[in-house]
Amino acid sequence: MKLPIAIHAEPGLAATRREAMKWMAASLALAGAGCSRPAERIYSAAAMPEIAANGSPIHYATQLVQEGYGLGVLVGTQSGRPIKIEGHAGHPSGLGGSNAQAQAAVLQLWDPDRLQTVLRHDGPVASIATWADFAAAWADRPGHGNDGQGLALLTGRFTSPCLQAQLASLLQALPGARWHRCDGADTGAAQRGAALAFGRALQPVFHFQHPALIVAFGADPFAEGPGRVRHAADWAQRRASDLAAGRVPPRLVALETTPALFGARADERWACTPAAIEQLLQSLAARWLGGSKPVDADASGAEARLAELLPAFDGRLLLVGGEALSDEGHARLHALNQRFGSLGRSLELIVPPEDDGPLPAPATLAQLLDAIDADRVNSLLILDSNAAQASALAPRFAQALGRVPWTAYLGLHRDETAKRCQWQLPMSHGLECWGDARSHDGSSGLIQPAIAPLYDTRSAHELIALITPGETLRDGHALLRRYWRAHDAAGDDERFETFWRETLRRGHVPHSASAAQSVPHAQLPSGNPAAAQAGTLWGMFPPDASVGDGRHANSAWLQELPRPFTKLTWDNVAQLGPRTAARLGVETGDGLLVTSDDGRAHPATIEIPAFVQPGHAEEALTLALGYGRSEAGRIGNGIGVDVGPLRGARPGPVKLRAEPSGRRHTLALTQVELDDQGRAPARRVAFANAFDMPDAAAPQPSLYPPVPHNGPAWGMVIDLDACIGCNVCTIACQAENNIPVVGADQVTRGRAMHWIRVDHYIEADGCSNVQPVPCMHCENAPCELVCPVGATVHDSEGLNLQVYNRCVGTRFCSNNCPYKVRRFNFLQYAETGSETAKAANNPDVTVRSRGVMEKCSYCVQRISRARRDALKQGHGVGGDDVVTACQGACPTQAIHFGNIDDATSDVAAAKRSPRHYALLEELGTRPRTTYLARIDLPAFKKEGG
Amino acid sequence: MAQVFKAQAEFGVKLVLLALVVGTLGTLAILLWRARVDDQLGAAQAQPVPFSHKHHVGDVGLDCRFCHVTVETRAFPGMPSAQLCLGCHAQLFADQPVFEPLRRAARGGEPLAWRKLNTVADYAYFDHSVHIAKNVACIECHGNLDQMPLAWQTHVLQMRWCIECHRDPAPHLHPKSELYSLRPTTLSQAERESLAHWLQLESSERRLDCSTCHR
Repeated sequence: MKLPIAIHAEPGLAATRREAMKWMAASLALAGAGCSRPAERIYSAAAMPEIAANGSPIHYATQLVQEGYGLGVLVGTQSGRPIKIEGHAGHPSGLGGSNAQAQAAVLQLWDPDRLQTVLRHDGPVASIATWADFAAAWADRPGHGNDGQGLALLTGRFTSPCLQAQLASLLQALPGARWHRCDGADTGAAQRGAALAFGRALQPVFHFQHPALIVAFGADPFAEGPGRVRHAADWAQRRASDLAAGRVPPRLVALETTPALFGARADERWACTPAAIEQLLQSLAARWLGGSKPVDADASGAEARLAELLPAFDGRLLLVGGEALSDEGHARLHALNQRFGSLGRSLELIVPPEDDGPLPAPATLAQLLDAIDADRVNSLLILDSNAAQASALAPRFAQALGRVPWTAYLGLHRDETAKRCQWQLPMSHGLECWGDARSHDGSSGLIQPAIAPLYDTRSAHELIALITPGETLRDGHALLRRYWRAHDAAGDDERFETFWRETLRRGHVPHSASAAQSVPHAQLPSGNPAAAQAGTLWGMFPPDASVGDGRHANSAWLQELPRPFTKLTWDNVAQLGPRTAARLGVETGDGLLVTSDDGRAHPATIEIPAFVQPGHAEEALTLALGYGRSEAGRIGNGIGVDVGPLRGARPGPVKLRAEPSGRRHTLALTQVELDDQGRAPARRVAFANAFDMPDAAAPQPSLYPPVPHNGPAWGMVIDLDACIGCNVCTIACQAENNIPVVGADQVTRGRAMHWIRVDHYIEADGCSNVQPVPCMHCENAPCELVCPVGATVHDSEGLNLQVYNRCVGTRFCSNNCPYKVRRFNFLQYAETGSETAKAANNPDVTVRSRGVMEKCSYCVQRISRARRDALKQGHGVGGDDVVTACQGACPTQAIHFGNIDDATSDVAAAKRSPRHYALLEELGTRPRTTYLARIDLPAFKKEGG
Repeated sequence: MAQVFKAQAEFGVKLVLLALVVGTLGTLAILLWRARVDDQLGAAQAQPVPFSHKHHVGDVGLDCRFCHVTVETRAFPGMPSAQLCLGCHAQLFADQPVFEPLRRAARGGEPLAWRKLNTVADYAYFDHSVHIAKNVACIECHGNLDQMPLAWQTHVLQMRWCIECHRDPAPHLHPKSELYSLRPTTLSQAERESLAHWLQLESSERRLDCSTCHR
């Protein structure tokens, strides 16, 4: 199915002939006036650094905080600059994998649009101030003499034990103050469900390695929630070990509205509206637990199938619910999980780490708004929560902020909330301050800086210390150590030092996961879900797959990362099913006027481009949050549409009306053809055939002489059976290899620069298949034959090299590449203007300039480092010694890389797999990058399994 | 037909044409002269502190690694910190005003900005440690530093110079004991060949691959 979008729309030349002549003359004159080479300087340090890593990376174990929870990572620094995030194999939330947002953290650190100094906003203009000015203003704020009456604190969700203790002592010192928490768009439904079912809010922790059947109800456990990286890692590990033993791996069943990562890997998938999923849950609960049955009977057959599957997998089951499910739906899920024995096996319930501390239960944002309306708030301090943009109550909050006499905001950016506050305080980035956080399973871990703060910033710990009466410590490191000295390792100082050093080295405290809570027999909720009336159009508001609820909107890497399945960049759209699109009379790219239809007094209307997506549930629109921001920064401002106004005050789907607006939108897509034209580039193989060795096909004859090589023969295998299409390889490669972003306009002309593209095919049976495609490093490389200047050549280890300083930009190589993996710098894409943005570059990789071809290099800089290390130690490079950036970031270990001549290497073992094949093998290019076919599991039948 | 230009005017036109030709050639010559690559060869460079390798290496006998501490382990050999210099110069010649930049840097002020003598192009990646590991002595590239009061560049760092040695490294190898010596013994051809053999150098294809230096 081809999308009706022309990607090579070439607008007219921007310059006239006369202008072009002028520029040519000017550049000629400038060339004549060229200066001599600048004298370079070497700056020597005042004191020798602790580790003089001149030219070698140093890695620090730390955590990145995502939606309040810690994800364990290793921060790679070069010459003291953090430039690359690697997964941390020892950390419970990642097991060595990472996600796109984690990879983009370095770019966020070096973002020149960060808030860099304390700003005071008196009236219309902001003036530069100091922290001392702020401290004085704090002491002088309205109502400062009393015990905190009228003071409100607003935070996002956080799990830091140290910050919890600090806030608790602040609230103790100022008992009149109130603490409000603004949970993001994507949190808390499962906890509220547990409150309904078991009488208290509990957070589920899933163990994906245990169950034999996983059913997701409107959920994407591979892409949402704090444990998402771990879920994918556990699933892939279990699947690989089952396959290695010849067993049928766990089956996945998905009921989802929007095509998502989990659903694409599901063995059985139903596209349902959110209301239908609620109904289904109610009838499942009624079937096994009693309670009322829904009004509408299920028409899709999902209920009958689940009625067959669930008892067959009794005790080996896991049911997962998504954030769009209602609280009642989650309560029913909890009850069903309990009924089928999942609790304690594939699922544990823990006290939510954000509530597991000395703090009282937080008040909500709505309560804060009520208090402001009642003039009970005279001063408001906001810690890193962009509630004026990201929350469901954003417009009301934005207005209310203006009525509070004294407001202060601590955050990374001067965003929508900051702009409305009198004091705008710059926050230290997570890579430049001390801290702690807890993981999805409640494990504690430390956060250590990889660089001193770039600007005069403070962490949340330091700000709270500054305003807490009687607090003498000011330094984040001292605050953190004091907390951990008091709360852990009750031993003596010496033991604490050991504990501290060991924890910093590991990045987390071992065996500190929260204890599983035992729960009473679940109560079924009484409320019935809304009937799924025909003709109701449901709106879903998930956070965007890349920029989240907008917090990553100023990250160019994340903006340009093609979203899974839509392959859309730099924009958000209304995704809808083909039949719904036909009913509304729109095609992809057509504007859609979407109006809320949930009975509110002033219905909200937005205009947003439609995106017709096969596999999307009919009569539902998916409208990603995080766009249409006005104060994100130079990257994120004014792109996309803010769908926030359509949201209801409560989370969950909203009834909508939609009609075509008659306008056309240009979407920056990286893939418009979803049909594989029967050529099966991303192969699938039936489970029964996955273990047979095919007859060894004789290598095809070649006219080219055999390529002699000595030393290691580098090769890559991408296991399509493990790949979930999460895109982290693409962005990890971008971070490692200084790959520039090109912007929406260039993407529409097909000029995106990613060295790995993740192709997506929708096959005849509806299966959504993904395939990462980097350079194949062909042994008989067609690109090399046509380069007139020898800029692309082979090296003795089998790498197809691109020599940038030889390249003259003919693009013959790209035209002759059957895999279309070469990328050309049509313009000066690499950032050369901003010093901080330049600092994010990897110094081991050349920054390419305009007119140069580039492509995947197999991370030649990492191969070179491994080779030099081996040479220095006097031995050869081991078959598994080189880990490419994509391989290191992959949560499911789908990418294998190494020496294919070394029979003991991981990649050589993968090449021996019966599922092994080469892309476009018939062309005789002999690619070094090859694939393992994805396995289709046999359909489960009740008798005989 | 009468002459259009008088003789004087014609002379003027000729002068202008000549000036154009001479000017163009002259500009080209100046540009070529400014773009030459060997302009720094043998020219002692002024440094923020007039550090003399001749004194410290030749006279005092300091080892290269005393200051360039990471030369055996890292790509960049490392420059001595201000505190390292002051380790001696807090005692020796401590009151000399010439050390003021050092003291200022050590107090946390402006760091010392040494003039870089040997600059490899940005797209070439040179690693000191691996050359040391394979017995290429300092003197091979940096020359007789023990005779340089203020150091200067001794080789034009162009690719053909690198390649020359990568093609045939044997003449540039020295025994481990003499890697940091600036008066190394001269080895016979046979000794060099056997050294190259025992060092198990990478194959010549590998040494000459583009990816060895460019990435």
